[in-house]
Amino acid sequence: MKRLFLFLPLIVAVAVGVFLFAGIGKDPTRLESVLIGKPVPEFSLESLNDPERRLDTSLLKGEVSLLNVWAEWCPSCWDEHKYLMHLSKDKGVRIVGLNYKDEREAAFRFLNQLGNPYETIIFDPKGKLGFDLGVYGAPETFVIDADGVVRYRHVGVVNQKVWEQELLPVINKAKGNS
Amino acid sequence: MRRFPILLFALFALSFTVQAEVKDVYDFDTRAEEQRYQNLIAELRCPKCQNNNIADSNSAISQDMRDEVYRMMKNGASNEEIVDALVSRFGEFVQYKPPVDRRTILLWAFPAIAVIGGFLVVVGVVMRSRRREQQGETLSQEDKRKAERILAGESDESAKG
Repeated sequence: MKRLFLFLPLIVAVAVGVFLFAGIGKDPTRLESVLIGKPVPEFSLESLNDPERRLDTSLLKGEVSLLNVWAEWCPSCWDEHKYLMHLSKDKGVRIVGLNYKDEREAAFRFLNQLGNPYETIIFDPKGKLGFDLGVYGAPETFVIDADGVVRYRHVGVVNQKVWEQELLPVINKAKGNS
Repeated sequence: MRRFPILLFALFALSFTVQAEVKDVYDFDTRAEEQRYQNLIAELRCPKCQNNNIADSNSAISQDMRDEVYRMMKNGASNEEIVDALVSRFGEFVQYKPPVDRRTILLWAFPAIAVIGGFLVVVGVVMRSRRREQQGETLSQEDKRKAERILAGESDESAKG
């Protein structure tokens, strides 16, 4: 019994080691969205292209879509845009844009330069819908199912790896269910 | 050395410009209300910058969160309602003090467990040494006699022999 006691520090050290080792390589900046499984928060915002047109949650119902949060001032948004163009043009993915805390002219400049992959763009200059969605850093991309329920949230740039490993499986599942 | 007052003055003047930038422009009716606001934003964590509270963070999202805290306070929301509103958007991550539930009970209980564990170890050590004292002397009878002889000034016979 006494001998066993001498091994206690070793046992504690190994336990702590295993616990800490499990944390290596995990990205602490990646937070799970609390909105997963919940409907997109209610909103009533202008369309970027047409200030007369009011958009609400019905925009995100009917089919599975990606909701991409972007802004002209966001450097990573410039990086991922080419891949969004590819998804929209070549793969036929429905992408709804959320123009976050931006100015109209700046947003148009961005789209004229890089192209427009979005079916519709929600204009959110105050970041109100962004706040309700828990957006803490553009770009962020949500998978919304046909019922308007959030299925997944990706923070950061969307590229081929993210598409294949994260978004596509969720989209396929969402399509299968509804 | 003559430059010293000038330098001091420059530093003094600079400190004002820095302070002016950080100050928020919220109005409070009472001192208590302002204190409540300060306590709240000190307890909420910025989702963007990980280890800053929203009081210290300059990020845009922290600014939005401070605005929301202020707005809800002005509308008469309780602290709990304000924290819940932010948690429902950004997750429990934004709380520096997580709620006590099944997942966090170990986290909350660990300090108590550590203190009780340490106390038990100390009690164990004390009890054991007490028991040893009661069981008998630590010196054998022969050693004791030898020690008494030495103390009395007699030479140690066994050392000679």
